Amino acid sequence: MKYLKQLLWVIAFSLAGEALQALIPLPIPAAIYGLVLLLIALCTGCLKAQAIADTARYMISIMPLLFVAPAVKILKNWGIIAPNLVPICVITVVSTFIVFIVSGLVTQLLLKKKGGEKNG
Amino acid sequence: MAELLAKVSLFPLALTLGTFLFGVWLQKKVKSPLCNPILVSVILVAGILLALEKLPGLSLDSTEAQTGLLDRYLDGTQGITWLLTPATVCLALPLYEQLKILRKNLPAILAGVLAGTVTSLVVVLGMCHLMGTDRTISVSLLPKSITTAMGIVLSGENGGIEALTTTVIIVTGIIGALTGSILCKIFRFRSPIVQGVAFGTASHVVGTSRANELSVLTGAVSSLSLAVSGIFTAILFPIACKFLPV
Repeated sequence: MKYLKQLLWVIAFSLAGEALQALIPLPIPAAIYGLVLLLIALCTGCLKAQAIADTARYMISIMPLLFVAPAVKILKNWGIIAPNLVPICVITVVSTFIVFIVSGLVTQLLLKKKGGEKNG
Repeated sequence: MAELLAKVSLFPLALTLGTFLFGVWLQKKVKSPLCNPILVSVILVAGILLALEKLPGLSLDSTEAQTGLLDRYLDGTQGITWLLTPATVCLALPLYEQLKILRKNLPAILAGVLAGTVTSLVVVLGMCHLMGTDRTISVSLLPKSITTAMGIVLSGENGGIEALTTTVIIVTGIIGALTGSILCKIFRFRSPIVQGVAFGTASHVVGTSRANELSVLTGAVSSLSLAVSGIFTAILFPIACKFLPV
């Protein structure tokens, strides 16, 4: 029952996310609205972390499984993807390197500016 | 065989779960990010569907006469696919926990993630423009650095191909996990905070699992970064889409 009660909270926030998505004319997914709402609820203390913790951790742990079917769907779109395969691969590899380097360099620069790297 | 497959509705679910758990087992054995369970499972499922297609009376795509193997598979797995939204919402919990721990270094982390997010969008936009890819392909590639749950919805909502986004995101994660340590050495990223931001922003959950192996702090910063970069990307995505040719 504990898990179901926690699941109800999670579903409630997802539902609120869906409602916001329907009301706000921006191409932002319901899941993002739900995530931000839940984060606000946790940070302001409106909802205690224990009220969702077990179910949330379980759902996060099984998340990779949920991506299999959406990825298999690639068979359906193979016709559009095949002629663009080379650019897709090049863009994927090059941009990953650049993002890794830029985000690291900026963080390093700011940490040094602050003087020392105290872990907190 | 065709009749049997039409009658067993749980076959897609069993196939997904079975191949995925095989991938988990394989990764434990081989200990390489290349054996990512999602990737292993996708390749096996696609392979099995393509093999079944060779049997008489079965086809991959739906025809007027019968539902194709692929559609039957996708229908059969809808029970787990709907969990994607609530599971993504749950990411707020680890984000909340790490915000408490990392409060002091938050400005540097947020700035690093923002720089990485903007870089990702600009580089992908620029390269798509240079290489002349279709709008559909470009939209599918734009969210490649963020976690699958968020990227898939951003892509879908904006006219991209969800399946391509999923695959590109997983491959991005694997590239980050495989090459991250070497990049850290070349660019002298020694602080766990700097390493965590780089792993989390560039290669989401898959990179974070590698960051967790470096140190607990690196892993925590990485998971904070992946969540924040997802949110930043969601906000900046509509603007980035405006720069794409219609």
